[in-house]
Amino acid sequence: MSAHAIRKKKIRLTSLVHYLVLVILAIIVIYPIYFAFSYTFMTPQEVSTATPNFFPNSLYLENIKEVLATTPILRFILNSFIISIAVMIGEIITGSLAAYAFAFVRFKGRNIIFALFLATLMVPSEVTLIPRYLMMQAFGWMDTYQGLIVPHLATVFGIFLLRQFFMQLPKELMEAARMDGAGHLRIFLTIILPLSRPAIGTLGVYSFLNTWNQYLWPLLMTNSEEMRPVQIGITMLQDEEFMSWNIVLAGVTIALIPSLLLLVFGLKQLVAGITAGAVKQ
Amino acid sequence: MAKNQNVLKSIPTLTPALNKQRVKPRPFHKRIEQIIGYGFILPTVILLSMFVFYPFLQSVYLSFFMTDPLGNIVGFVGLQNYVDLFTSKEFLGSLKTTFLFAIFTVPTGIFISLLLAVLTHNKLKGMRIFQFIFALPIAMSVGTSSIIWLLLFNPTSGVLNYLLNLVGLESIQWLTDPNWALVSVSMMTIWLSLGLDYIILLAGLQAIPKELYESAKIDGAGSFRIFSKITIPMLSPTIFFVLIISVIQALQAFGQFNILTGGGPMKSTNVFVFSLYQEAFVNFQFGLGSTRAFVLFVIILLFTWIQFKFGEKKVHYQ
Repeated sequence: MSAHAIRKKKIRLTSLVHYLVLVILAIIVIYPIYFAFSYTFMTPQEVSTATPNFFPNSLYLENIKEVLATTPILRFILNSFIISIAVMIGEIITGSLAAYAFAFVRFKGRNIIFALFLATLMVPSEVTLIPRYLMMQAFGWMDTYQGLIVPHLATVFGIFLLRQFFMQLPKELMEAARMDGAGHLRIFLTIILPLSRPAIGTLGVYSFLNTWNQYLWPLLMTNSEEMRPVQIGITMLQDEEFMSWNIVLAGVTIALIPSLLLLVFGLKQLVAGITAGAVKQ
Repeated sequence: MAKNQNVLKSIPTLTPALNKQRVKPRPFHKRIEQIIGYGFILPTVILLSMFVFYPFLQSVYLSFFMTDPLGNIVGFVGLQNYVDLFTSKEFLGSLKTTFLFAIFTVPTGIFISLLLAVLTHNKLKGMRIFQFIFALPIAMSVGTSSIIWLLLFNPTSGVLNYLLNLVGLESIQWLTDPNWALVSVSMMTIWLSLGLDYIILLAGLQAIPKELYESAKIDGAGSFRIFSKITIPMLSPTIFFVLIISVIQALQAFGQFNILTGGGPMKSTNVFVFSLYQEAFVNFQFGLGSTRAFVLFVIILLFTWIQFKFGEKKVHYQ
């Protein structure tokens, strides 16, 4: 065998090992999610065998039907959608306005205020949890949508992200608009916002996913079943003794679908957001 | 001004200069500029004042007081809450548990995600699928993940004990054995935070200029040498960044403990935020809870400061 052929064989072998390692690691990483999906489609008999089953025998849909019929999961999902979409829109509005001001408008104290905003990134939400909770009680906002939405309508991460993006936009466009006599509001609405769709998309994906996946705040804020977002509703299902694994996991699967779809279609935006600031609340 | 323009226009040679001057946009009216500026930041100022600045000050304030179960102040106690806290066995235990949890999760998590990032940072076929799979946990919430892992940890029918038995090992009481509970929650947490660490490290790898690798290859360096002499040094700012945010996240962990162990068995998983939650929302000791919150703030501030002091200069954000 020539040296060339040996070398070629060696390369093929290393890439084979490489793939083998990757496949094993991929199976480990994906298994917990696969487990939830596969158990959703298994019959109660398949689940209660002595050794765990890895593949459902058929696409058994009764678990999904049962979790939809016997638990308010659709209500939980609806609550989560209402809260996440409201927070997402709010964060985009407040964030883009403030980012525009910090990037393009000259006003007194701009730098100090911006620094003060950035300083809030050092205060984890757990630190302010107790007074926020007491405030919600005083407002009578416990167990309401506004209690779950309003405290999260502004995000310094969003302002930071959008400001960075705004400042990279070509200055000539703004100057041309100003020569046409456009004011700040018009420049903001007709030039900056349309050009910033990628950054706004990043913030949108990011804030939707964060809100959808929240746990501690909605746990404290909701008492009644009909106000619970899906993350809290699902964990309450699991607390009920009589619930079988399939039913709980069918609920988990339903709760997972929106976030997984978001990952499939918004991974690029998500990665952009993470690498811009790498802040996960 | 208008008069001057007319005069200038009358001199033909000066007109181009005038036009040039007009190309530069006129500055906005100063007062309007101020109003627009404050107007645009107003919503954020109101929201942050209400939900971050005020609660933060209130939290510090409350930490010096005793409160009744409704959150009303009963009496000033000065530093007594802090003295009580640092002499409380429960709190010192929870500090220790939290740091143990960080030690269990952070280095292992970074090692695994670094391995995954290095293995998927190449042009081999199918890498995008692997990249997607390893990023997957980022979409998972602490709530649903905890439920899934609760079932995986199940001592009789969970898959983990099944695998142990398969290779001839004895079953483990993952969540009810005080020696294992923290390790088990750590395993689940490593999995949960894998996506984030992986995405950041992969982006860090992709930012290393390719020329560096090429010239090293020309110099005849082997892949291990390239890894230790180029990849690791170039990636170290990113690794440091992941290290700090992972430590901060470990200090903030709550959901997985609330769902999987409830702080037990025998307080072996009573981490910081879980004990804060218990103090404030189960015992209704809002003053004592705020004392904990402030201590948490100081600890996290310390790590943020370390990141700022030692990391900022070297980290290139992409």
